[in-house]
Amino acid sequence: MSRVHDMGGRFGDGPVDPGPEDAPVFAEEWHARALAITLASGGLGLWTLDASRHARECLPPAEYMQFSYYEKWIAALIDLLHRNGAIDRAELAGAAPVVSPLADRRLTADRVPGVLSSGAPTDRPGQGPASIFAPGDAVRTRMPARNAQIPGGHTRLPAYAAGQRGRVIRAHGPHVLPDMNAHGLGEQPEPLYTVAFDAADLWGTTAHPADSVRLDLWQSYLVSA
Amino acid sequence: MPHDHPPEFDDDPAHSLLPPDPALRVKALESLLTQKGLVDPAALDAIIDTYAHGVGPRNGAAVVARAWSDPAYRARLLADGTAAVAEMGFTGRQGEHVVAVENTPDRHNLIVCTLCSCYPWSLLGIPPGWYKSDAYRARAVRAPRAVLAEFGIVLREGTAVDVWDSSAEIRYLVLPMRPEGTDGWDEDRLAALVTRDSMVGTGLARSPESEE
Repeated sequence: MSRVHDMGGRFGDGPVDPGPEDAPVFAEEWHARALAITLASGGLGLWTLDASRHARECLPPAEYMQFSYYEKWIAALIDLLHRNGAIDRAELAGAAPVVSPLADRRLTADRVPGVLSSGAPTDRPGQGPASIFAPGDAVRTRMPARNAQIPGGHTRLPAYAAGQRGRVIRAHGPHVLPDMNAHGLGEQPEPLYTVAFDAADLWGTTAHPADSVRLDLWQSYLVSA
Repeated sequence: MPHDHPPEFDDDPAHSLLPPDPALRVKALESLLTQKGLVDPAALDAIIDTYAHGVGPRNGAAVVARAWSDPAYRARLLADGTAAVAEMGFTGRQGEHVVAVENTPDRHNLIVCTLCSCYPWSLLGIPPGWYKSDAYRARAVRAPRAVLAEFGIVLREGTAVDVWDSSAEIRYLVLPMRPEGTDGWDEDRLAALVTRDSMVGTGLARSPESEE
């Protein structure tokens, strides 16, 4: 809870500007470079996808709000590279770079198609605790929405959905738990479920009574209701 | 890696050592990582080429057109999206686990990621700017009908809206309704009616008149 990225339901943002359907994929050349450097650096294997999301969330709130999308990516990437020892402050400040002992892990062009088309599945069949919920079950999300072990740590339960009653509509089996994996505590897979909430329960009378919001939530985010 | 307990404050984050101008910051980082041997500029070019010219919404459109044409495929897509899109060769990063959700006259689906910008890259490519905007992330869950109106979409009376907030690694694809007047069309012709936005739920498939 209480991180700036958790903005679902927030007021004050104004209308969405759809822009043209055929807008270029990368509005600026540096957007494309930022994306590619981030993916290539991730290929060094120094951190998980969950850790990279958490690094963006940990940007100072004033910067998070001011930065455009790829500015967030690149700032968080620099912080991750530094925190994991891949670059140091002297090099960032302009000292002559030293060839890294990790250079043999560098993503080469010939490996790009294979890396991008294989991805990194997060399901872990047969691992972790047994499922305790099934489609149709009534559940309640924990309150508040925060990492259960690490103050300020990563979680994927949005604040707007904390403490709410919903029903399980799908069971996905065990998936890597971001709350632990983002912090180097291992994958600790848990059953993942899709839970449907009545929009009126989340937002009150302004919501259309027929509407719903669905989230993918891990077992430890939920209790029976 | 040791336990990564985040510090309460980081007065001097490493990123502030590089120039604040984003284009210069990215250039400086690429140069540093290249000199350290951590990044291969040719690999960066290959990644950019993949998403600028290869992986994009035509992938998703091919899936939708096939589902409209082939009832058995539609059933497989709705039962196991991951396997059904893999049949067509669409696998990979940010599309490892796929769930397809079907629009009907009674039910409209809308996809968002309020916590970041999760999006089915393998089917739709890199998300458009609006999908990553604060306004969309903040409002799609709370005021989906107002957001749809900003995209020019007004739903029929009696249509419920299901908003899917992509909070895990499941990536959602909206299967839009097949436009009327397309009986007998082949998949290529149908795919041309399937817009990116129609597969996120902020649009509808084009009508056949738009093709002419």
